[in-house]
Amino acid sequence: MDLYLPIANLSVNALVIIGLGGVVGLLSGMFGVGGGFLTTPLLIFYGIPPTVAAASAASQVTGASVSGVFTHMARGTVDFRMGGVLIAGGVVGAGMGVFIFRLLQYLGQIDTVIGILYVLMLGGIGALMAKESIQALVALKTGKRPPARKRRHHPLVAALPMRWRFYRSGLYISPLAPLLLGMATGILTMLLGVGGGFILVPAMLYLLGMATQSVVGTSLFQILFVTMATTMMHAMTTKAVDLVLALLLLIGSVVGAQVGTRISMSIRPEYLRILLAAIVLFVAARMALGLGFRPDEIYTIEVR
Amino acid sequence: MRRSRAFLALPAALALIGADEPQLVPDVSQREVVIQYSFTGADLLLFGAIVYPDGRRPDKPADIVVVLKGPEQSITMREKQKVAGIWVNADTARFRSAPSFYAMASSRPIDRIVDERTAAIYELGLDKLQLSPSSLNESAELSRFQSGLVDLRARSGLFVERPGTVEITDGVLYRARLPLSARVIVGDYTAETFLVQDGRVVAAAVRDITVRKSGFEQFIASAAEHWSFVYGLVAIAMAVGMGWAAGAIARRI
Repeated sequence: MDLYLPIANLSVNALVIIGLGGVVGLLSGMFGVGGGFLTTPLLIFYGIPPTVAAASAASQVTGASVSGVFTHMARGTVDFRMGGVLIAGGVVGAGMGVFIFRLLQYLGQIDTVIGILYVLMLGGIGALMAKESIQALVALKTGKRPPARKRRHHPLVAALPMRWRFYRSGLYISPLAPLLLGMATGILTMLLGVGGGFILVPAMLYLLGMATQSVVGTSLFQILFVTMATTMMHAMTTKAVDLVLALLLLIGSVVGAQVGTRISMSIRPEYLRILLAAIVLFVAARMALGLGFRPDEIYTIEVR
Repeated sequence: MRRSRAFLALPAALALIGADEPQLVPDVSQREVVIQYSFTGADLLLFGAIVYPDGRRPDKPADIVVVLKGPEQSITMREKQKVAGIWVNADTARFRSAPSFYAMASSRPIDRIVDERTAAIYELGLDKLQLSPSSLNESAELSRFQSGLVDLRARSGLFVERPGTVEITDGVLYRARLPLSARVIVGDYTAETFLVQDGRVVAAAVRDITVRKSGFEQFIASAAEHWSFVYGLVAIAMAVGMGWAAGAIARRI
């Protein structure tokens, strides 16, 4: 079933895009991540222009995180104060991302930077997750629990001035730390079309030392608003949000996300995490190969 | 660019007034191509008649070349090179007038119909496109970029060359089929027909074709362009609404 995308200016097979959204949604439901890290590269691989892919993938992440946010709000596992600071940082970061995007586009290096960022980000986070989940699996098999890590924020965070209390996170730290963290994920969201949950969750745990139960809910809360802001900024600046493409992705991903959530309830979280680590490392390796191998297209055309 | 072509065509036009030359009566199957939701490209039929003065056909059959051209674009091309182990964009070249679409069909291979110079004047053939480079590259570099452009667009169906596909019936009626790729941009296209005899273009005629988006596609594209804030709001509302609805439905099941 061919469908013409009015902004991307080409025809796609609607079922392929819905299926793609479904697979990403399934993963996002299973692992509690937005899944933008898969959508953007897959869309580019399918032939969608990179800018349109990144701009439209952001709105898919919005759709995939909505129902998760409602669930966590009902459970009271969203730290609104922490979330608010993160969102403020995220919106500023997305605004900075617009300038970086334009600068890189002007220099002609946007594709390379996107590629390198993906490799570094996914490679680093994937390795971290793999190490952790293997340790958890070993502990599960041997029956020995690893010594409980003392929850403590990073010394750099403690050095920042002006402290606020974040009750639900169990923290008394400077709001500058989550603000900077939010900014970093905002830039990534704008450049890559990812939600940034990948960076956010480990950083909240290990850098800020947040209470585990409110980490996922708060990060989803931040992702929801930052992807909304990013969609708006793309609509206003690059004008590359394709409503038809976004609709197709959303149809697949919101359904997939619900199925994924059900599946995740019947699998042990330790196995889920090692599976996710494997997928992340695979995508990182694929992107790294893409940077190193001779590309299919040596030339690119930009219309002015 | 356009002016220089008009200037070159002037002698041919003057020659036509001389009346002893044949004339072309061209037409196209579609004056307007509408891009709508199921658009996967179109097949255009370019046909017409050759009218010889007094109805006398020449002893040696004439040749027909048809060229379908899209709006010209100002483009920047980048070339990837391996730097420190990874492939990055290195060299660039800018062209002021690259056709967004170019399709050509001829009754015989071009090099057997006209000489190099004539082919260059009328831009007959993908290697004869006049792209008006606006950056200071060496000529060897420019031709490398030009062949890169042709190769890239040829593979996405935007540049087409079909030598030997123009059928001429009884020396007076001709027809050619050219594919319009799904990736074409909207704008004014021209279908040019050239009548060539003894390596000389003896008659030329042009028909205009408009390519536009249909109602819904046009609406989306212009909304994104002109009402970008509202467009962004709609995109966000759609994402939030669908995510919320799916969650609400899933809780019921």
